Amino acid sequence: MLNFSRLKIGFIISSIIFFLYIFLGNFNFLNKTNLFLDKKINLGLDLQGGSYLLLEIDINPLIVKKLDEKSSDLKKNFIEKKINFKNLNILDNKITFELKDPTQKDNVINVINDSSNKGTFFRVKKNIENTSKDFFYRIEKDIFILQFTDEYIKHLKKDAINQSVEIVRKRVDQLGTKEPAIQQKGESRILVELPGLADPSTFKNILGKTAQLNFKFLKTSNTSGDNLGFEKIKNKSDNSFIEVEKKLIVSGENLTDAQPGFDRQTNQSIVSFKFDSVGAKKFANATKDNVGRPLAIILDNEIISSPVIREPILTGSGQISGGFTVEEANQLAILLRAGALPAPMKIIEERTVGADLGKDSIRYGIISFIAGFMLVFVYIVYAYKLFGLFANISLLLNIVILISVLSLFGSTLTLPGIAGIVLTVGMAIDTNVIIYERAREELKIEKSNIIAFDIAYRKSLLTIIDSNLTTLIAGIILFYLGSGPVKGFAITLCVGLITSFFTAFTISRLMVSKYLMVNKDKIISI
Amino acid sequence: MTNFNFLKYKNFFLFFSTFLVLASIILVFTKGLDFGVDFKGGTTIEIRLEKKIEIEKIRNSLSKFKINNYSVKEFGTVNDFLISTDNSVSPNDIKNFIEKDLKEKIIIRKVETVGPKVGSELIKSAIYSVLLCFVAMFLYLWFRFEWQFSFGGIVALFHDTIITVGVFSLLGLQFDLTIVAALLTIIGYSINDTVIIYDRIRENLKKDSSSELSILVNESLNNTLSRTLKTSGTTLLSIIAVLIFGGEVLRGFAFAITFGIIIGTYSSIYIASPIVMFFKVKRDWSVKIDNTP
Repeated sequence: MLNFSRLKIGFIISSIIFFLYIFLGNFNFLNKTNLFLDKKINLGLDLQGGSYLLLEIDINPLIVKKLDEKSSDLKKNFIEKKINFKNLNILDNKITFELKDPTQKDNVINVINDSSNKGTFFRVKKNIENTSKDFFYRIEKDIFILQFTDEYIKHLKKDAINQSVEIVRKRVDQLGTKEPAIQQKGESRILVELPGLADPSTFKNILGKTAQLNFKFLKTSNTSGDNLGFEKIKNKSDNSFIEVEKKLIVSGENLTDAQPGFDRQTNQSIVSFKFDSVGAKKFANATKDNVGRPLAIILDNEIISSPVIREPILTGSGQISGGFTVEEANQLAILLRAGALPAPMKIIEERTVGADLGKDSIRYGIISFIAGFMLVFVYIVYAYKLFGLFANISLLLNIVILISVLSLFGSTLTLPGIAGIVLTVGMAIDTNVIIYERAREELKIEKSNIIAFDIAYRKSLLTIIDSNLTTLIAGIILFYLGSGPVKGFAITLCVGLITSFFTAFTISRLMVSKYLMVNKDKIISI
Repeated sequence: MTNFNFLKYKNFFLFFSTFLVLASIILVFTKGLDFGVDFKGGTTIEIRLEKKIEIEKIRNSLSKFKINNYSVKEFGTVNDFLISTDNSVSPNDIKNFIEKDLKEKIIIRKVETVGPKVGSELIKSAIYSVLLCFVAMFLYLWFRFEWQFSFGGIVALFHDTIITVGVFSLLGLQFDLTIVAALLTIIGYSINDTVIIYDRIRENLKKDSSSELSILVNESLNNTLSRTLKTSGTTLLSIIAVLIFGGEVLRGFAFAITFGIIIGTYSSIYIASPIVMFFKVKRDWSVKIDNTP
């Protein structure tokens, strides 16, 4: 095990040079020279400061909304087909109704089947697989029960989360922060990482809002022709509940722009908006026929403003004045520009670290690394003299290689990650300890230095693999358990073990072998 | 080479360890663990004041503010405090209130908020990963050695983990995700000593089929003692550096690993090896086994 061909030596030396080159790229003052690759370790949020937000989407309101749409469509169809029904209700994600005249049962089934196949009630979006049936029905004691299929709900969820990721991204972009990271996590969660952000309250405010904007009419004596009934909605200004027509005039989906502004006449912050052509048309038609009636501008189930229509609005633009502060007007404009979330979202986890704590952590990390390294260094030189020095050189190169491997992967270094590097120092040296201890034993039996070390390297190999492998298994399990900081620890631990194996069997073995070749017959002290 | 009679007091140490394990289990079930926000949900806020201030003043100030279930403790330096509460009030509101009330400037250094759902998920995945780690180690030892060895190894691992958790309960240290990370590291690392000793026991068993088992085990322990102490010792040196210099954030984590390495080294000698003896591993090694070196 002590023979190295020239080719191998060349490989070892060139790999050291390569890793050193990558390693040096991590230092800012060197990187300015443009001689080095731009591969660096990223600092985790716990080291550079920043905010980690985990959002979870609540799909139920979306399902209820879809059921609502469906039941009103059914109603319309039944009225058209002159089907007499009663007790049409939505309960527990089901639509139930009964027939006044049981002979119409077949007719009803036809209506339901038609709508299911053609998807007239609600179309499944093009980008997701079209299932043959969106919903199914069953009849229990003359009560019709309609329910969405599991597949449809799954599609609905998938679609909603995809859309939400896009909208969250737009909102974060609108607010502006450096290098935000937004990604979907699991089926219903979105992870938002905002490096460098000390106070995420604005983001939390904005990300937690659904921002569904609806224009409807308040209930007045002269209602619209195709009325669908009324609902009670909370009025933001006085918390009272006001009756509003269920029929939707136009919604925020049709907005193309929204800007915060200031109304000089009323001295109020406002948000001015612009509809697209479809929205403008709807708005124009509705306002033309209803001059003098009050509108309800509803944001997330709250009436924020109820202006009276003074004249038809044909241009498709208008403004909302809801007694906003400047800040609120800004936020509302951002929300309207980015669009509404398909379903409400909640922040279920937040971790924010101030930049100042991050700096402290980096300092603590560096100090513990230096202290740990020194302790091990001194102890190993004390225990194994010159061979200890070989082991220490290889240990130092191990850290260089570990850091450059992490840079090549673009891994994130966290505070526990630094602890992992320090721990690696103590564990990586174990490989050499095992070999040297074995060599000591063999030297007692064996006369030749070279043969003794050769046996030591060979016999230790399995033990070393054993001892690294168990820690590696634990590290991999840890990688799948942890998020953020803990994951950083798992990565440095695992990579550190692998690189320590490499350095012990290449770099320090090469040094040991060169030394032994020169001192073949001397009595060596280890 | 050393020549200690390790096994002379094995009954005493087995009794001692059994006592520690039982005491730890009782402690965990009676006194319980101080779960961090990771597991129980809620909010913790780390604040720093510019001037030294008494903790009572902050408590008083918080009691005027309408929040329930809060606790304050000193954290690291005298100007740092850790406020724990539920998720009903925003950290900024708390900060602003105390600032106004005490007329002191406050910096929020860290905020952690975990919803109840996430907390229970984290508990679940922490338990699963520790169990998975045990199973993986058991299978690994089983694959490498005879069942007596893997049984001894896994008992030693349970011993290490349970006592480490017991110490966290006894000292009332915060138990969070990083501590679970430390436990997994201990499980993965402390099996090493055991593997090294087992390797040697097997090697000696093959060399010598006539001596008494206890003599062979004791010889193997002496053979490997220097190595066991040095490998554990270097790792201990590095983690002690983190324990001393790593700051408040890493303290619990470094403490768990430090303690775990010490107890792990002890258990490889006094738990894992006597168990192999107790179950009487086979003595006829004339048939060569494939997975041996």
